[in-house]
Amino acid sequence: MSDTEDEIILSELDDDELVQQMMDDLYDGLKEEIEEAVNILLERGWTPYDILTKALVAGMTIVGHDFRDGILFVPEVLLAANAMKGGMFILKPLLVETGAPRMGKMVIGTVKGDIHDIGKNLVAMMMEGAGFEVVDLGINNPVENYLEALEREQPDILGMSALLTTTMPYMKVVIDTMVAQGIRDEYIVLVGGAPLNEEFGRAIGADAYCRDAAVAVEMAKDYVARKHNQMAAG
Amino acid sequence: MTDALSAALAERDWLLADGATGTNLFNMGLQSGDAPELWNADAPDKIRTLYRGAVEAGSDLFLTNSFGGNASRLKLHDAQGRVQELNRLAAALGREVADASGRRVIVAGSIGPTGDIMAPMGSLTHDLAVEMFHEQAEGLKAGGADVLWVETISAAEEFAAAAEACARADMPWCGTMSFDTAGRTMMGFTSADLAAMVGKLAHPPLAFGANCGVGASDLLRTVLGIMAQGPVLPVIAKGNAGIPKYVSGHIHYDGTPELMAEYAVLARACGARIIGGCCGTMPDHLRAMRAALESRAPGARPTLEQIAAALGGFSSAHDGTEDTLPEGTSGRRAGGRRRRRD
Repeated sequence: MSDTEDEIILSELDDDELVQQMMDDLYDGLKEEIEEAVNILLERGWTPYDILTKALVAGMTIVGHDFRDGILFVPEVLLAANAMKGGMFILKPLLVETGAPRMGKMVIGTVKGDIHDIGKNLVAMMMEGAGFEVVDLGINNPVENYLEALEREQPDILGMSALLTTTMPYMKVVIDTMVAQGIRDEYIVLVGGAPLNEEFGRAIGADAYCRDAAVAVEMAKDYVARKHNQMAAG
Repeated sequence: MTDALSAALAERDWLLADGATGTNLFNMGLQSGDAPELWNADAPDKIRTLYRGAVEAGSDLFLTNSFGGNASRLKLHDAQGRVQELNRLAAALGREVADASGRRVIVAGSIGPTGDIMAPMGSLTHDLAVEMFHEQAEGLKAGGADVLWVETISAAEEFAAAAEACARADMPWCGTMSFDTAGRTMMGFTSADLAAMVGKLAHPPLAFGANCGVGASDLLRTVLGIMAQGPVLPVIAKGNAGIPKYVSGHIHYDGTPELMAEYAVLARACGARIIGGCCGTMPDHLRAMRAALESRAPGARPTLEQIAAALGGFSSAHDGTEDTLPEGTSGRRAGGRRRRRD
């Protein structure tokens, strides 16, 4: 019955239909289809920035919302992010070439003693998906790694992740060191990880606790916009 | 020969398990980011104190200090070559404390997740996972653990790999998953899924259930979800003592001993037979739990409303075990298509 279902030919869809289809394909984690669609839109003269924001980011926003709402879980989001990555791989060099606007830059890493990077990777992928430049420090980062990366990369945001009760206090060590060096206020500090909560984030001196990758993206956008407003006002 | 846990379960309606490992070790000076397992060799007296804390508070069973004792986790501390040694010591210290207690106390060899995502989504293959868990299992067995205790797992594939490793080590085992994401594991696995999977394993556990997760209320909702499937195996409830807060320089879980006592009695009423705590559960909590379980009547199975009234609300409105999607919520978007590939 469903075997007779017509195969969708991406190149035969008009722009609107194709963008809709890309959102569906991202949701279903279909990497090859996303790559094909990105190339079609490029051929049709779309700017890399428009493809990124109107198709890929818009599609990942839907994935993010359903993840936040407990409709999608990690495996589905990993698949979607992988499809997104396929598209980004094509767009990235073109975005640099065309000087497309940046959302901001983030340095992210899992704290010392913590190997669990599933959540951190999701955040990194979703942030890239939302147009941020992400520098991923990987797992098991002592405070020196974070400070070095802040100095080197000059990001807008520092993101820290911990999944264990035994590692989450280490975030405080990093933030305290930043305070001691007088650089805390130069950065937006976002923290996340399963055992954390909002109150904990506040208590250790982070700007915000992000319940999941989707919230992290929303927070990042929000704080970067505020920072820009402050700078404009100042 | 019957193993110690099976014997205890045959005699008793309920068993009190232990509480937290990490939270307790912090109070003894463990620095954030350091591997607790190294203390099995470097500070054995502190580990004995940890175990005694649970035993003296009335636990019938305690977990060894080996949660992160697999090669993948120990690699962070450049101790991947010490898996056998650190696990053997964790269990041997436990054996020593249990045998000196003057009553039957079960030493359960803790096995936590690898931290890797399993294939095909991630890089960890089934064979490699089995090998890693098996290495740890042999160490725990050599140290004298009565039973292996696989905990805080979120992926079905990892649970199955651990089961196979326990079979390979020829050891009885128990297994619990952490339901911390909208009532499911972060991989989307529900309590009902776990109950169904456990029945199909070639080397089934002696008991299974939930640990960690979000708070005490959520954990009991998970137990009810498991019980609804009519499991034949005993069910385990090991919930956190509330949620973590940062108070004057250290982590404090906000659940009081009174709350955990209430939780323990409710856990039993929900149908759990092995009841304990997880993060934040200190000896004082265990004492209150033991006293409540001994002094209070079992009581009828509570409703979700009664659990929320006694222990606080749930972290999400649903946990994925509902027959139909509740009104006002949307399910997964109908996928655009599934293109067939030739």
